[in-house]
Amino acid sequence: MSVLTLKVNGRTHTLDVDPATPLLYVLSDDLQLNGPKFGCGLGQCGSCTVLVNGAAVRSCQTPVSTVTGQDVSTIEGLGALDKPHPIQQAFIDEQALQCGFCANGVILTAKAFLDRNPRARRTEIREAMSGVLCRCAAHARMMRAIERYAEGARRS
Amino acid sequence: MTNHHTDTGRSLTPDASAALDRAGLTRRAFLKGSGALVVSFGAASILSDAGIAPAVLGAQRLDGAGSNQLDSWIAIGADGRVTAYTGKCELGHGLYTAQTQLIAEELSVPFDRVTLVQCDTELTPDQGTTSGAQSHPTNFNRANLAQAGATAREALVRLASARLAVPVEQLLVKDGVVSARGDAAKRASYAELVGGRTFNLTVNPEARRKHPSEWTVLGTSTPRVEFPSMVTGQFEYVHNVRVPGMLHGRVVRPPSVRATLISVDEGSVQALAGVVKVVVRKNFVGVVAEKPWQAIQAAEKLKVTWSSGDRLPDHRSFHDWLRNEKPTRDTLVVNSKDVDQNFSRAARVVKATYLYPYQMHGSIGSACAVADVQRDRATIWSASQAVYPLKSSAAMLLDLPGDRVHVIFRMASGCYGVNGADTVSYDAALLSQAVGRPVRVQLARKDEMAWENYGQAYVIDERAALDADGTIVAWDHESWSATRGGRPGAASPGNIVTGMLAGFEPAPFAPRSPAPDPAGFANNSNAAPSYMTGTVSGRSGGTGTIRSERVLTHDVPSPFFTGPLRSPARLQNTFAHESFIDEVAALLKADPVDYRLRHLRDPRLMGVIRAAAKAANWDTRPSPRPGIPRTGVTSGRGMSCVLYEGDNGYCAMVAEVSVDQDSGRVGVTRLVMAEDCGPISNPDGLRNQLEGGALQGVSRALLEEVIWDDEKITSVDWRTYPPLYLGADVPQMVTVLLNQPDANAAGAGETSVTVAVAAIANAIFDATGARVRQVPMTPERVKRALGARG
Repeated sequence: MSVLTLKVNGRTHTLDVDPATPLLYVLSDDLQLNGPKFGCGLGQCGSCTVLVNGAAVRSCQTPVSTVTGQDVSTIEGLGALDKPHPIQQAFIDEQALQCGFCANGVILTAKAFLDRNPRARRTEIREAMSGVLCRCAAHARMMRAIERYAEGARRS
Repeated sequence: MTNHHTDTGRSLTPDASAALDRAGLTRRAFLKGSGALVVSFGAASILSDAGIAPAVLGAQRLDGAGSNQLDSWIAIGADGRVTAYTGKCELGHGLYTAQTQLIAEELSVPFDRVTLVQCDTELTPDQGTTSGAQSHPTNFNRANLAQAGATAREALVRLASARLAVPVEQLLVKDGVVSARGDAAKRASYAELVGGRTFNLTVNPEARRKHPSEWTVLGTSTPRVEFPSMVTGQFEYVHNVRVPGMLHGRVVRPPSVRATLISVDEGSVQALAGVVKVVVRKNFVGVVAEKPWQAIQAAEKLKVTWSSGDRLPDHRSFHDWLRNEKPTRDTLVVNSKDVDQNFSRAARVVKATYLYPYQMHGSIGSACAVADVQRDRATIWSASQAVYPLKSSAAMLLDLPGDRVHVIFRMASGCYGVNGADTVSYDAALLSQAVGRPVRVQLARKDEMAWENYGQAYVIDERAALDADGTIVAWDHESWSATRGGRPGAASPGNIVTGMLAGFEPAPFAPRSPAPDPAGFANNSNAAPSYMTGTVSGRSGGTGTIRSERVLTHDVPSPFFTGPLRSPARLQNTFAHESFIDEVAALLKADPVDYRLRHLRDPRLMGVIRAAAKAANWDTRPSPRPGIPRTGVTSGRGMSCVLYEGDNGYCAMVAEVSVDQDSGRVGVTRLVMAEDCGPISNPDGLRNQLEGGALQGVSRALLEEVIWDDEKITSVDWRTYPPLYLGADVPQMVTVLLNQPDANAAGAGETSVTVAVAAIANAIFDATGARVRQVPMTPERVKRALGARG
């Protein structure tokens, strides 16, 4: 165990953990955040995605010691229940979920990509989403929600 | 025990707790005061017919008795808020929202004034399992939750009539207020009438349900209530349940099927930080640690010696093994006893064999549960579809009296049937019992996948006898499938892996051959094609016109656990039936839609076929399409239809595909589906289900197959069991909803997946002239079929 400092959603936490612990377990257990989720533990599904300095990262494959001092954002950091982020609102507007378990990875992966590629074409967005899984197969609605957000972001 | 907040308060959602607070009464005190009993239903009596198939299929149909006490279903708070209790839970399909709409509608209160409490063995009526697309038939017709709502509304009107001295027929109900027609000053709110008190009534089977033409809440596309909390990361899945003092467990599964434990070297993990205990119970092995990562590392490092397991049937020739395995358990669904005679004098006989693999539920979040097992009681937070049966079977596992186990449903990722939710509930319970503290367990991806209750593999022979006009005069269907385990039900912990590892046997296999004559026509596995009359004892329960009919099924014990997977057996059978009718039509150069209609008599099934064909601009002509090039990309369309479970929702689909004949790759470009499930509760929710089911059907049709080697499953992650990722080409999807306000509510969550696979196979044939009779229709198999065109 060793004492680490972690910055998550703008707040600084001091934690006594095994530095090899994947970031996911620190977020979901020590910090009790519901957003990042264990899906496969292999980086194959996207459920555990978080943003590190704005880039989408698979937290199940990221030792916590490698992100100390960096800006970690989870989906809780985007928007709140009473004030969702536009991409969260787009998923509500399109009713683009079923069980919702994959929403974390889908939304954060799309946001990270579109923030850096605001003029991305549909095929490029699809390519960016190609490592993210939704087993309820809400694919069509999700792609509509992502494009809705992208259009809104371009206009504003 | 009068205050649930000191006892089971943490078992309620914040909303539900707040609702109870507002109501000014506690649920237990409330039930006690009302005399309403939440009785655990004797589910075992339903699993009457011994043998494996009934254990799987019976459980699929298992519906608890619910309750005839109105107070078990509905409570009106002192502030007029309505709290409703249901034994059918949200699985990601929108049922929580739809049931909330139902109560708002029947009680004439705004949607947001209703709080629904779902699936908690100390709070809600026992409604068995949430499965088999049975929640709408169970709770949205003239019984159970819907009828409780109607009873409550009528009771409130009667109370108002007495209080206001106005005859019942002169009263109006709106927004939870009963008022006199033409004299708005004469009014009484629900809160005034019964707020904080009980009804003390039984559910009245004669209470008038609102006709869909009167609906203002039900029948609208009310948005899903969970979505805002899901997209903001606030929603509490079972994976997020945290109990004070909670430890973390990890299981160590045997390396191969039927391997048994020889020894565990506890010393191998003693030095690891955080390890609390190594737990062994017969062949069940697990570790408990302070932190999740510590438990994972300990499970990996624990030295366990296992015997070698059974040698598995060769995967490459598995369907031959399945067809020849003995002994079998045989069932006749229908047998007109003139089939052989009609085949011997037929103008033409057509036959084909269809093969279906084992497939996985493959939930995206591996299964998780939290259990707190003390010396004399247990609480389990579980995503099981069956909280009451789990309460009973977990009590057996833990050797506790049944009334000392409390199961609380918490949603997980979509399950699509019996995934790992029950088995991980046992894992958590066993580990918690061993350490005397609450334990959370989430399965490793490989443990989830290698030890699932898979959807069943099938071999299906179809045979048709045609007369000189090309009409089918006899149809003979024979299938072979392998089953093991299934739902644990109330009394078979061995039906799931942890129960078996801990020493319980799966429900026994009871060979039976020859099959007895059917007692009645039950097509809940869709073993009989839609084109048969389904005539047993002089009564026709089928949807078709073919009178000479035989449906014979054989079950054998499966090497792997099996269990209901969205549209269990129904999808496999429909793939065969709907591919086969297409093959016959093609031989006769008949249009596939016309040829289906020619053998059907159920107007609603014919209605969805016509509606789907019309919406797809169906080009009436035989398949395959004319002028197919020998190489390059070609396209085509295919039809498929079903009356799900013989009585539970109609669906027809037109699939359009493109096939790259050089690579064998299939792209599904458009899926047009028409659905008739009675009166529609939530049109957008229904579309979402149909689209998801259809696209899941694409994944199952083209990609998914469980693989194994000589002794173990090798499909253990998303690389070895490749699914349809978000980046995939997704077809355009068109949903045509045929609302039937005067019909009964039927299921809709499993219909589109049922028809998708055959629709795609038929479209591949239309595009290429090549018939693929084995799922998944991989490029390799498509290429082989293309090569066989001649």
